[in-house]
Amino acid sequence: MSAVLEVRGLSARIAGQQVVEDVAFDVAAQGVTALLGRNGVGKSSTIKALLGILERTGEVVFDGTRIDRMLTHRIVQRGIAYVPEDREVFGSLTVAENLRLAERDGTHRDAVARLFPELDERAAQQAGTLSGGQQQMVSLARALMNDNRLLLVDEPTKGLAPRIVGDVTRALRDAAERTPMLLVEQNLQVVRDLAHTVVVLSGGRVVHTGPAAEFLDSPLVHRHLGVAGAEEAA
Amino acid sequence: MSRIRALAGSTWGRVALGAVLVALAACLPLLALDIPGVLPGPTYTPGTLAVLAYALIIAALALSYHLVFGVAGLLSFGHAMFFAAGAYGLGVLLRLLAPTGIPSEAVFLLAIVLTLVLALVVGTLAGSLALRVTGISFAMVTLAFAQAANVLIRRNVGGLTGGEEGVTLLVDVVPPGLVGVVNTRSLYWLALAILVIAYLVCVWVERSRLGHVVAAARENELRVTVLGIRPYRARLVVFALAAVLAAVAGLGFMLLQSSATPRISASDFTLTLLVIVVLGGVGYRWGAIVGGVVYTLLDQRLSALASSPAIAGLPDVLRIPLSEPLFLLGMLFVLVVMFAPGGIVGIAHRATRPRRRRREDEREDGRPAVMSDMEASTHGS
Amino acid sequence: MSTLLLLLITGVGLGALYFLVASGLSLIYGLMGVLNFAHGSFLTLAGFLGWEVGRRVGDGTWGGLLAGMLVGLVVGALVAAVTELVFIRRLYQRHIEQVLVTVGLGLATVALFEGIWGTDPIRIAKPAWLGGTTDVLGASVPNDRWLLIGAAAVVLGLIVLFLRATPYGLVIRAGVENRTMVTALGIDVRRAFTVVFAIGGAAAGLGGVLASVYYGQVSAHQGTSLLIYAFIVTVIGGLGSLAGAAVASVLVAVIQQLANFYLGGTGDLAVVLALAAVLLVRPRGLLGKAAAR
Ligand SMILES: Nc1ncnc2c1ncn2[C@@H]1O[C@H](COP(=O)(O)OP(=O)(O)OP(=O)(O)O)[C@@H](O)[C@H]1O
Ligand SMILES: [Mg+2]
Repeated sequence: MSAVLEVRGLSARIAGQQVVEDVAFDVAAQGVTALLGRNGVGKSSTIKALLGILERTGEVVFDGTRIDRMLTHRIVQRGIAYVPEDREVFGSLTVAENLRLAERDGTHRDAVARLFPELDERAAQQAGTLSGGQQQMVSLARALMNDNRLLLVDEPTKGLAPRIVGDVTRALRDAAERTPMLLVEQNLQVVRDLAHTVVVLSGGRVVHTGPAAEFLDSPLVHRHLGVAGAEEAA
Repeated sequence: MSRIRALAGSTWGRVALGAVLVALAACLPLLALDIPGVLPGPTYTPGTLAVLAYALIIAALALSYHLVFGVAGLLSFGHAMFFAAGAYGLGVLLRLLAPTGIPSEAVFLLAIVLTLVLALVVGTLAGSLALRVTGISFAMVTLAFAQAANVLIRRNVGGLTGGEEGVTLLVDVVPPGLVGVVNTRSLYWLALAILVIAYLVCVWVERSRLGHVVAAARENELRVTVLGIRPYRARLVVFALAAVLAAVAGLGFMLLQSSATPRISASDFTLTLLVIVVLGGVGYRWGAIVGGVVYTLLDQRLSALASSPAIAGLPDVLRIPLSEPLFLLGMLFVLVVMFAPGGIVGIAHRATRPRRRRREDEREDGRPAVMSDMEASTHGS
Repeated sequence: MSTLLLLLITGVGLGALYFLVASGLSLIYGLMGVLNFAHGSFLTLAGFLGWEVGRRVGDGTWGGLLAGMLVGLVVGALVAAVTELVFIRRLYQRHIEQVLVTVGLGLATVALFEGIWGTDPIRIAKPAWLGGTTDVLGASVPNDRWLLIGAAAVVLGLIVLFLRATPYGLVIRAGVENRTMVTALGIDVRRAFTVVFAIGGAAAGLGGVLASVYYGQVSAHQGTSLLIYAFIVTVIGGLGSLAGAAVASVLVAVIQQLANFYLGGTGDLAVVLALAAVLLVRPRGLLGKAAAR
């Protein structure tokens, strides 16, 4: 399968500490590639490095273009949308303002409105006063409303009630049918539902790449992901 | 060149090199070295020696600021306060103690000791309050403290500081060897000694556990705190120590200039220090020294240039900017920050060292580590 | 009673002046994390140029003053925008260097102004009414305070309107909260940087012209001395908070007036003590957000 994003030798530091080290992997041009690893191995940092939110070195090729020296907004304008780990909605802005800010082409605005009818009802509410699940909807809506060529989604189900996890998973599956996705996710059931390929990080490096189902059923899950994997296997 | 580099590599080599440099500097008053355009005259003349001595004092002061800014990564806007404490402390205490009937040698020594104690107390107090906040707030608290000190000095509180006039040195109680134009040479040596002391204190601090703790806390406060070390105390000690060092430079300043005015306590003066340290190279001890000397000499030369007939004949658009030394120095500083963030010493390092042996604390673009560290600490991620 | 009233009203007047300087500082810091030491120079330059134009239009007349205020607004906005584009933008995301550059510019421009307009303050003429007083419940309030209060109120209103009702305002409000996320939505936040610099510069420029009315003179150091109070105001109000800057401006100025009158001219010290107290009790300031991103 061809790749939409090719990452080679990517490294990034935070406060003088190497948090992403010489990472290399591909994101397939279709479907969901999952980026896995224990807490603190550098998954979020890898995504931030791809986007230029963290200063980085190495080579990142998106659709044939090097993006590793571009400023964040330029990368995003090329069609890469980002759903950050902690939602990062603008709490002092209303829901409508949050969405207005994110609108570039707005191709899928109506589809997103149908997906999350709740956001329409709460358009005038300050995003900071929304529940965690509702904030995640805002965050997803911001990313999904435009016509993108790649989605970077960081732990979209973190801290959500099981029913909402289902909603979010469905929304992501929908989106992944049109747009390739790099997904960081701790909930292995969600990974199993969505991803066809996994990239596993440990200590800031890639330690495994392969088909998702195969990985999830192997003892590697336990070795690389620890307790969460053991539970999954049990 | 390569031999010098090899020499500079070993500890004893460095000590030897330092000793030679100090010896050379100490010999200057005995030589008739004349560098037209850099020095106002031959090195044995009192005028030139006074300029050089002033440069050394400013270099010592810059070294003390280096401890706070370059090592501990604390952007203090109040450092001039401690320099002023040294200068004013000596001036005022001499005036207070002279009439007490104590022998003049004792008055002189007592005034010095009390001045340093004063600096230690003020430094500890100001530091213990200011260090409770970090980043920009720290900068603002120190600025405010220095502003308060400046106001007190200008207001002539208690009739001690002489208001805008300032305080002059009571020469009767100063050892005769340190008074008058004929003794400029001894004052020069005194200034050199102060600089050497400041340098040695810096080396000692930077190599001590204290220095390691503040540097580590500058890079990553979280990591240090996790190890169970509280950076607050280490920072306070460094801050107070730097205050005392600045006061020592202030003492030298008072003896050299025979007077102090509120200018040396103003926030502009601290900003000048910041300019000096960055111009020389943030994070390098040598940067503070080179910056202090270069800045002082440039300032002096540019002032001389400003009043030269060559400038007076120019049209206004050229004459006005060229006759304002601080304008030229300020713009030079801006250019250095934008295009050579490692300062003079940073440039020298890049030029003389092979790429792979470049210092750990300097990154690809020559940007000093202090700056990126402070960013992380002031703004999170 | 009338003394207290007088002190309060003049305090609000002085606070209005502080606000004109501090509003820009606070917006710039809130969005960009840069403490702008060159802000005082925007004010001073606008003060000088406003005076130069104003006296040619009509020295000491309302026409001259209005022309001066207009010039001050435009000069402040332009100089600030150019400063951002030429000096600040190149150092994108290098906050310490950005602050250092503004320090350098501040020092250099004050020297330049001294070179051009001399080191001594220049006395200026103002419309006769501004030199008079108005009786408010027995207190004779100098009329120029009304001008200051009115101008600051208009500026506050306009800035709030801009922030609430324009697309740039939306970007700025979002950026103050989380700059990184704004760029991660594909928005070039640097354009908003230029805009806040221009807005802050315009307010400071107007402040520069009004400061010369207030002090009856214009000098190369006018901006620098006001800048320190504006810093204090900004920090007490909470860096990045416009409302905080407004409240703190008035608070600081009133404290200063009261201490100057009742505590023997200790206004400056009282202000500094207030700053230390606020920072130690509430490091983020009165209305500041918990922490910068
Ligand atoms: N602001 C920061 N300062 C210091 N260290 C940080 C900072 N942010 C992240 N780190 C460190 O960087 C490493 C990688 O963090 P990152 O958030 O990328 O991990 P992650 O794999 O996404 O973890 P999680 O599964 O918990 O989200 C961690 O060890 C973390 O402690
Ligand atoms: Mg993460």
